[in-house]
Amino acid sequence: MMNNMHVTAKVNGDEVEFLCDPRETLLDVLRDRLNLTGTKEGCGTGDCGACTVTVDDRLVCSCLMLGVEASGKSIGTIEGMAEEDTLHPLQKKFVEHAALQCGICTPGILVAAKNLLEKNPDPNEEQIRYWLAGNLCRCTGYDKIIRAVQDAAKEMREAS
Amino acid sequence: MAKDELSNNFKYIGTRPNRPDGLDKVTGRAKYGADFNVPNMLHAAVLRSPHAHARIIKIDTSKAEALSGVKAFVTRADFPDGLKGENFYLQENTIAGDRALYDGHAVAAVAATSALAAKDAIKLIEIEYELLPHVTDVDEAMKPDAPVIREGAQDHSVPEGLPPNIVSYMDFGHGDLEVGFSDADLVMEKTYKTEAAHQGYIEPHACVGQLGQDGKGEMWICTQGQWFIRKMCASVLGLEASQLRVTPSEIGGGFGGKTTIFSEALSLALSRKAGGRPVKLVMTRSEVLRATGPTASASMDVKIGMKKNGKMTAASAVFRMQGGAFPGMAPTGMALECAFANYQLPAVHHTGYDVLSNRPKSAAYRAPGSPMAAFAVESLVDELCRELNLDPIDVRLLNGSKEGSKSSFGPTFRRIGLIETLEAAKSHPNLDVELGPNQGRGIASGYWMNHGGETSISMALGEDGTVTLSIGTPDIGGSRASMALMVSETLGIPYEDVRVNVVETGSLGVNEPTHGSRATFATGKAAVEACNGAIKEMCRRAADKWGIDPEAIDWFDGAAHPSGPNAGDFPPMTIKEIGRRMGRTGGPISGHHATTYGGAGESFGTHVVDVEVDPETGRTTILRYLVVQDAGRAIHPSYVEGQFQGGAAQGIGWALNEEYIYGDDGRLQNAGFLDYRVPVASDLPMIDTIIVEVPSDNHPFGVRGVGETGIAPPLPAIANAIADATGKRLRHLPISPPKVLKAIKESS
Repeated sequence: MMNNMHVTAKVNGDEVEFLCDPRETLLDVLRDRLNLTGTKEGCGTGDCGACTVTVDDRLVCSCLMLGVEASGKSIGTIEGMAEEDTLHPLQKKFVEHAALQCGICTPGILVAAKNLLEKNPDPNEEQIRYWLAGNLCRCTGYDKIIRAVQDAAKEMREAS
Repeated sequence: MAKDELSNNFKYIGTRPNRPDGLDKVTGRAKYGADFNVPNMLHAAVLRSPHAHARIIKIDTSKAEALSGVKAFVTRADFPDGLKGENFYLQENTIAGDRALYDGHAVAAVAATSALAAKDAIKLIEIEYELLPHVTDVDEAMKPDAPVIREGAQDHSVPEGLPPNIVSYMDFGHGDLEVGFSDADLVMEKTYKTEAAHQGYIEPHACVGQLGQDGKGEMWICTQGQWFIRKMCASVLGLEASQLRVTPSEIGGGFGGKTTIFSEALSLALSRKAGGRPVKLVMTRSEVLRATGPTASASMDVKIGMKKNGKMTAASAVFRMQGGAFPGMAPTGMALECAFANYQLPAVHHTGYDVLSNRPKSAAYRAPGSPMAAFAVESLVDELCRELNLDPIDVRLLNGSKEGSKSSFGPTFRRIGLIETLEAAKSHPNLDVELGPNQGRGIASGYWMNHGGETSISMALGEDGTVTLSIGTPDIGGSRASMALMVSETLGIPYEDVRVNVVETGSLGVNEPTHGSRATFATGKAAVEACNGAIKEMCRRAADKWGIDPEAIDWFDGAAHPSGPNAGDFPPMTIKEIGRRMGRTGGPISGHHATTYGGAGESFGTHVVDVEVDPETGRTTILRYLVVQDAGRAIHPSYVEGQFQGGAAQGIGWALNEEYIYGDDGRLQNAGFLDYRVPVASDLPMIDTIIVEVPSDNHPFGVRGVGETGIAPPLPAIANAIADATGKRLRHLPISPPKVLKAIKESS
């Protein structure tokens, strides 16, 4: 009793089409249909932010959106963050600052932080902390994550 | 060839290079447990008991079997009988036998062609239960009339006449308590409680298991220890361990919770029934909270005697801990060992109870037992300090354990760094900040013994003179970087010339997991030994070429050198040259080391926290936080700081918010990250750190483990700070806003 839907969307700038069960989430589709496993599932209930992606430039927990709802939308994931062989400054600073330990929350946090810096190129510590409050990290205590975001923002401001 | 093994003169150790796996982990390329797929794979779902304690009368899978795409079911009947001891308990926790013992206990599992089909199928399995009385609280479970969880589970340590849920008893100490307490000017005795907390790793357990009728199998899994997974799954299923090959993925956090198995063997059992097709099993967050291994909850009585000058004269503790429905899981013994480790005590006594309850089987969680013990003991020390108007750091300096002092648990301490952490904390600028209204400062110290353990490692020289290190301890927080640093330091080659691979069970001898803060200590020490073996061989190759005695060769800066003018006048032979020629000079060059390490250096830490308590809501805000801990030697200081900060954050969560909440029906009421609330970025300030380095004499670079100690002091430090801010002493964690508000209201 297969009942799959046919969906077309853009993911990281590329046209994609896929079949999915109407019950599958966008996260299921990204991971299992499109093999983009950089987006992680930590809870499936929108509480941890590990599955954070952008949908038409808006941050979304991809576990809370159905795959079929992606129809006609433009999705951004961690796999689309680096431009060809150049890392985004956030990616570079996260490694330099040791802002990840196990790394499972890192894709979601990077996508969320990039979205913040696009809206506010000079956030203060409190603004970064509240922006990332929906992205759980259990390893770092957030200290080095906040510093990495601040440092990346500084570098991006200086470069622009 | 000899190296000044504890010199401070390092080229690579103590630097902060980018971690070797950093690029993979910031681009989404790193493969974690659930990212692994193989052709022809099925998906599993597990049906779990909604009851805390129930007899399983009947399991009817007929409706589920009719569903399209369903390929296999398993129940306990598909597992072998006759297992004993811990193997039996692992099997029973994998899947219930005649009784479900806790809310979330697996009862049946299904494999189907899609995850959705598997989930649909378990909804159609019909189970008839007979409800049994249950108990989830440790003090309730110890009462003589409590529901009995297992008949005959008490071990030989339990004195006659104690109720049946008490399955193990311990009792040790030294000195004369009566004399000690009578010497004191003030004796205080209080009771403290902590609730069960979960490790809260963001990655749920995930694996793919494949098992044929011939008993040969494979597993790909996120784990802290692939050999433990192999041994445990093989035991539960009655397989030969050597026939099961286990490959670890990257791991999305563990903190002790991924050192054992929960549902993993179900994937293998399903695969065997589905004709050997691989079966993927990924837990949901709710399953992680209900059916993996949180820490124990604890109820603790502590008594301490103190002179007016702060000198402690005697101490005793009685700890009661439940570790779920399975014996031996409560970390009571380790908690008691940690309880008074900070102090030199003329008289000390410990009593402990391991208690069964209708809760999931506890697992290790970062310094198992130490946080609860620290909460009770370090809170009471603070209460005594306040009563006697003494400075809490000075009291700890006066009584603190040091090299040569007899530990509370027996042995004499070797070189340790508790006093150094207290002195460093005392001179930190955070202590000079003046506190405002509703603000308070708390101080506490903590201890973890650290672990060495079974370790097997290989390094191999490449034809280009670079080095591959094969290790068996999964990299959970940057340990590849520290291994590469220790190898480059030992061989004298660039950090970038070392590739560290975490390998599967077929590639090395047995390794214990990344647990007990052992990876940088034990795997690092073995890596140095393996490199020293390769250096010896490389010197021999140079000696052959030069026609001199290998003993007349020194190895430094990545090359063999004649040891002096008498040895001969030859230009250095570099590792690159040796690698290039090795096929013609005697064959591949590798180093190997395998041993069981003891003697890991203990790590002490001291934390200082400032809080502000909102008198309107009872909410506690952490204003500033300082972690000072003895690392022995910080190989990669950024990741040492990361361990300190992460441990502190978990301790803060345990102190203020996190708890397993059970209803009267014995069901877990907060099985999700919305209600099991771990600290988020906006809950915390920056976490200041001081790395103290009092080198361990049992590691070539002085490394102690750093992973665990940091979770213990936050619990009491925060309670002490809240007492300082409000005048109210809260002795039951978590100190959540309603509890604080109630305490404030009661006094006004």
